[in-house]
Amino acid sequence: MDWFYSFPNMNDDTLRNLKKAMDEGFKAFTRQYGDVIESFFQPLQYFLIQAERFMTTTPWPVMIVLIGGIAWIASRNWKIVGGTILTLLLIGYFDMWSDAMKTIAMIFVGTVVSIVVGIPIGIVMARSDGFQRMVNPILDVMQTMPSFVYLIPVVMLLGIGKVPGLIAVVIYAIPPMIRLTNLGIRLVDKDVLEAADAFGSSSWQRLRNVQIPLALPTIMAGINQTIMMALAMVVIASMIGVQGLGQPVLRSVNGQFFSLGLFNGLAIVGIAIIFDRVSQAYGKRLQKHQEVVHG
Amino acid sequence: MADRNIQGAGIRIKNLYKIFGKRPSAYVDAVKKGMSKTELNEQHGHVLGLRDINIDMPAGCIQVVMGLSGSGKSTLIRHINRLIDPTAGEVIVDQADVCKMNQNDLRQFRRHKTAMVFQKFALLPHRTVLDNTVYGLEIQGLSREKQEEQARRWIGRVGLKGFEDHYPNQLSGGMQQRVGLARALTNDAPILLMDEAFSALDPLIRMDMQSVLLDLQKEIKKTVVFITHDLDEALRLGDRIAILRDGEVVQQGTGQDIVLKPADEYISSFVKEVNRGRVIMVDTIATQSGAPSATGGVTVKTGTILEEAAKTMTDANQQYATVIDDNGKPTGVISMNNLIQAMVTPISHLTSKAAAE
Repeated sequence: MDWFYSFPNMNDDTLRNLKKAMDEGFKAFTRQYGDVIESFFQPLQYFLIQAERFMTTTPWPVMIVLIGGIAWIASRNWKIVGGTILTLLLIGYFDMWSDAMKTIAMIFVGTVVSIVVGIPIGIVMARSDGFQRMVNPILDVMQTMPSFVYLIPVVMLLGIGKVPGLIAVVIYAIPPMIRLTNLGIRLVDKDVLEAADAFGSSSWQRLRNVQIPLALPTIMAGINQTIMMALAMVVIASMIGVQGLGQPVLRSVNGQFFSLGLFNGLAIVGIAIIFDRVSQAYGKRLQKHQEVVHG
Repeated sequence: MADRNIQGAGIRIKNLYKIFGKRPSAYVDAVKKGMSKTELNEQHGHVLGLRDINIDMPAGCIQVVMGLSGSGKSTLIRHINRLIDPTAGEVIVDQADVCKMNQNDLRQFRRHKTAMVFQKFALLPHRTVLDNTVYGLEIQGLSREKQEEQARRWIGRVGLKGFEDHYPNQLSGGMQQRVGLARALTNDAPILLMDEAFSALDPLIRMDMQSVLLDLQKEIKKTVVFITHDLDEALRLGDRIAILRDGEVVQQGTGQDIVLKPADEYISSFVKEVNRGRVIMVDTIATQSGAPSATGGVTVKTGTILEEAAKTMTDANQQYATVIDDNGKPTGVISMNNLIQAMVTPISHLTSKAAAE
């Protein structure tokens, strides 16, 4: 009855050998293809460096005008613009300007990559039930797997630095983009789709004229979620060498610097709120036609 | 009827069957041999949508397909532009069988030969009235200039001038359906498919839209297929009417045929509620006998409906009137007595049969 009380697990030696074989296999893979993969991500690194250089070398008053301008174009709301500028001024006053700019650059690139990769995947998913069945479990893994676990192979392959950090951010932030694009397109009114078919739309015309525009509110919600999740990864990404507001937080955890942690934490919150309000206001403005004037 | 300016194309539906389910083709033969709808559903879990539909829709006419919900009328109209694929049968438009077209031909057919108006309007909510109206032409790839020129003309014709830049949400139901109509007309296709187009509108606006359609039809002479569940609407619009029940055509003919000779109990129960004075024409009740001398000079043309004849006669304070044809030749006489009798007596399918015997 021994097996009844203690789970009959795999033989210790076998298990050890299995893990060893897997580790060695992956190490061999890294030695073999590490360079290839690294060069594959070269453009991403270039993009990231350029974004960061632009954000950090542009004089701060220009930057504030620029970000305020974007907030205005997107939201057309003075309150949001005012809040944005005030937050940025506070961040600068508390000497976190350069870190904040690095973080914003990271979030920006991470979000752009998530959108560029996520929307097409979401569209294909909406068109094929088979593909949806395949992708859904992968998204589940991406969202629930502790980020440290997938950081290990990423760091082994690409070393420590910006690009592995970016990949970690994208892995964590892309699922809502894909899911909500898929959902938005699947929820498009069947009657309107039928009308598009009845007038002889090709499937590309259907996608461009009907599905994407009608799914846009949901897709915008996905972008908003992606931004928020990317920000949430900033601290974890700092563990593998991503600069920005995450690093002082990490340092304050190690050294028990309460105020340093609090300031940088609040700066992350401030940036999150700016991104959230601006992107939501933009999404809402796209939906102007939904306003019912007639009763 | 063979007008030169008819723009429509005739539609012939031949032996059309539609079965819904996982393996519809497996049961076509059984259904052709007479398996009933309930049998098919209970024994094989398939739903019989349409059974052996044969309708000839002449070019340039308004063909109404009438039936209650679940009768298959919306399924039928979707076979004409093949939004639904048939299980068996043919839909012939311009010598081509729509059911045999490949994807590309079908798309071209939908772009150039048909236009559709939907019960729930199905407008694009993010586009203005103008941008909705150009949709068909945009899909065809015409220049924006041409698109707008056509669209503005039809927006004006359906009475929406000045609303070009409004969004559908800003319009009432009736106005939204005018946009739907303008969108279909702008496409300038010979066939206009209208799926319960006015059913979602309230009665006054519905009458209004029917008038708009009838007025336009005088000019455009398209082949209009109009689906409705409302017999009054069917009689008002239809040059020809086909009545569907449980996926089968139970009767087809002109409005008069249906009101005067309902084929069965089901149809007579509908017909009972109809305002007969607006459907029956004087020809049907005119008699050769009687006293032409006593008509006192009141004449009504053939094809006049009873209600109008009655008005003409009461205005002239006469008990009799002479029915004349288009050339002014007298063809018969009607009396006020006959007229009122025809307007009030509901004819069931039994009495009409008895009368025929």
